[in-house]
Amino acid sequence: MSEDLEFAFALVLSGASIGLMYSLIALGFVLVYKATDAINFAQGEFVMLAGMVVVVVLGAQAPLIAAVVAVLLVMIGFGFGLEKVVLRPLLGRPVVAVIMATIGIAALLRGWGPLVLGIEPRALPLPIGDEPIAIGPATLPPIQVLGAVVALGFFLAFNWFFKKSRMGVAMRAVADNQQVAQAMGINVERYFALAWAMAGVVSALGGIVWGSMLGVDVQLALVGLKVFPVVILGGLDSIGGALVGGLIVGIVESLAAGYLDPFVGGGTKDFAPYVLMILVLMIRPYGIFGRRQIERV
Amino acid sequence: MVGSSAQRVPAQRGDNQLVVEGVSKRFGGVVAVQDVALEVPKGGIVSIIGPNGAGKTSLLNMISGFYKPDTGRVVLEGVDITQRKPSDIAALGIARTFQNIALFSGLTVLDNLMLGRHVRMKSGVLASVIYWGMAQKEDIAHREAVEEIIDFLKLQDLRKQQTAALAYGLRKRVELGRALALEPKVLLLDEPMGGMNQDEKEDMARYILDVNQERGVTVVLIEHDMGVVMDISDHVVVLDRGRRIAAGTPEEVQRDPAVIEAYLGTSKKGARP
Repeated sequence: MSEDLEFAFALVLSGASIGLMYSLIALGFVLVYKATDAINFAQGEFVMLAGMVVVVVLGAQAPLIAAVVAVLLVMIGFGFGLEKVVLRPLLGRPVVAVIMATIGIAALLRGWGPLVLGIEPRALPLPIGDEPIAIGPATLPPIQVLGAVVALGFFLAFNWFFKKSRMGVAMRAVADNQQVAQAMGINVERYFALAWAMAGVVSALGGIVWGSMLGVDVQLALVGLKVFPVVILGGLDSIGGALVGGLIVGIVESLAAGYLDPFVGGGTKDFAPYVLMILVLMIRPYGIFGRRQIERV
Repeated sequence: MVGSSAQRVPAQRGDNQLVVEGVSKRFGGVVAVQDVALEVPKGGIVSIIGPNGAGKTSLLNMISGFYKPDTGRVVLEGVDITQRKPSDIAALGIARTFQNIALFSGLTVLDNLMLGRHVRMKSGVLASVIYWGMAQKEDIAHREAVEEIIDFLKLQDLRKQQTAALAYGLRKRVELGRALALEPKVLLLDEPMGGMNQDEKEDMARYILDVNQERGVTVVLIEHDMGVVMDISDHVVVLDRGRRIAAGTPEEVQRDPAVIEAYLGTSKKGARP
């Protein structure tokens, strides 16, 4: 393989692994939108909260496994609680009400974080070493490999859940038509709560891998901004779309950083996904895999 | 009534399985349904007819819990279900179909029917995770129940088809099947033959009669095709502009001057052709 090709391969590989980690977070957003039609502007803050929980538990000299269990429980409880306390009273209200509520939650979490942890970034060490892992002619940091594997694992699990499991099929029914689902005896509110709890689980894992890569502080919430190009590319309500959208965003970022930054002095990585997002909005406003009849807000 | 007790004893309702007592519903200033009563005997077929906007679907929505009536109540087998959630009412034994076909379009015929079994599934969220084997066993029993409905409605070839791709008449039939999968006591059908051709209507009428006679399901239906209504109903209730204007056997209702007036406009005495 020529050097040019190797460089391109390394960029794509790194972009793909980061992209999968974006997908993981976007998955939380998509699950909630698909089941409840709510647009969650606090997805990045969910991830930040999860990272903070892990740091706090690890800080108390607890083993990693305890931190993982703790963050899963906290985030599931957080998802259930949020649905019950904040979102259920807003059922039937305009979409904007839910959006404002999630923006409020986001602000609350961003303010609360530093109160508890202080403003210094905290490290979230995972026992996976720093030795880059060779994949073909390129290498990846172990955290990116772990993140990619976790993300893929979730996609396989959710794919099974929605296709094969009774609850998954019921959840699709709720997403498809709430009124009819109710007439079938499906307790729609319970599935709303479940969707938020699932977003919590995804965020818990997202918090661990992203927190470990970037360190944990308020800035961690900014990964949530990447959710938007990902879901707009893939389609707001498509699980597969979140996967593909994440991969595209990750790879585009990486290629922009590798090929454009040397000419313009850097920074293209941060806006390249949004340029792509605007292009997609012009051509396929419902995303690559989204349902065509999506209502725009 | 003897004594001061205001409590009514269900048994006094005789054989009526579903009773709607003087329900009213307004939307803003518009009165959709005004003081309408409905008695549905166990094992009967009751049709609700009336011109467009008469409040037929609103009445059905109040029975199935989607609308809460402003006054009056809905009683199923002696139990007041007026304030229950739609999902609870479905679990109590009232299934329904919708005027505009409301199948889950992204799902297969089989998945749609299996969703009808949802209320009969005992293993809850946690249990189905923990007792995996038990849930699997339960699934098999539910699948058998659904297969029986598939045979009954002759849907064998369509199990794995996406419902969106099916012909109109077939979708109506799948929707009937999904409602049957709930094993309802009372089946509410909102225009089960709307938009069908004559053959499809005859098929559907036969299925409704079979559901009623072989499965012993009480049927309440809204239908515009008078021929079908008169053929299959035991009892007909006529609504007009939110009020009940007539009720009785098909023959009685057909002769009722108020009904003729509602359908044909003000009748002029002696203006017969």
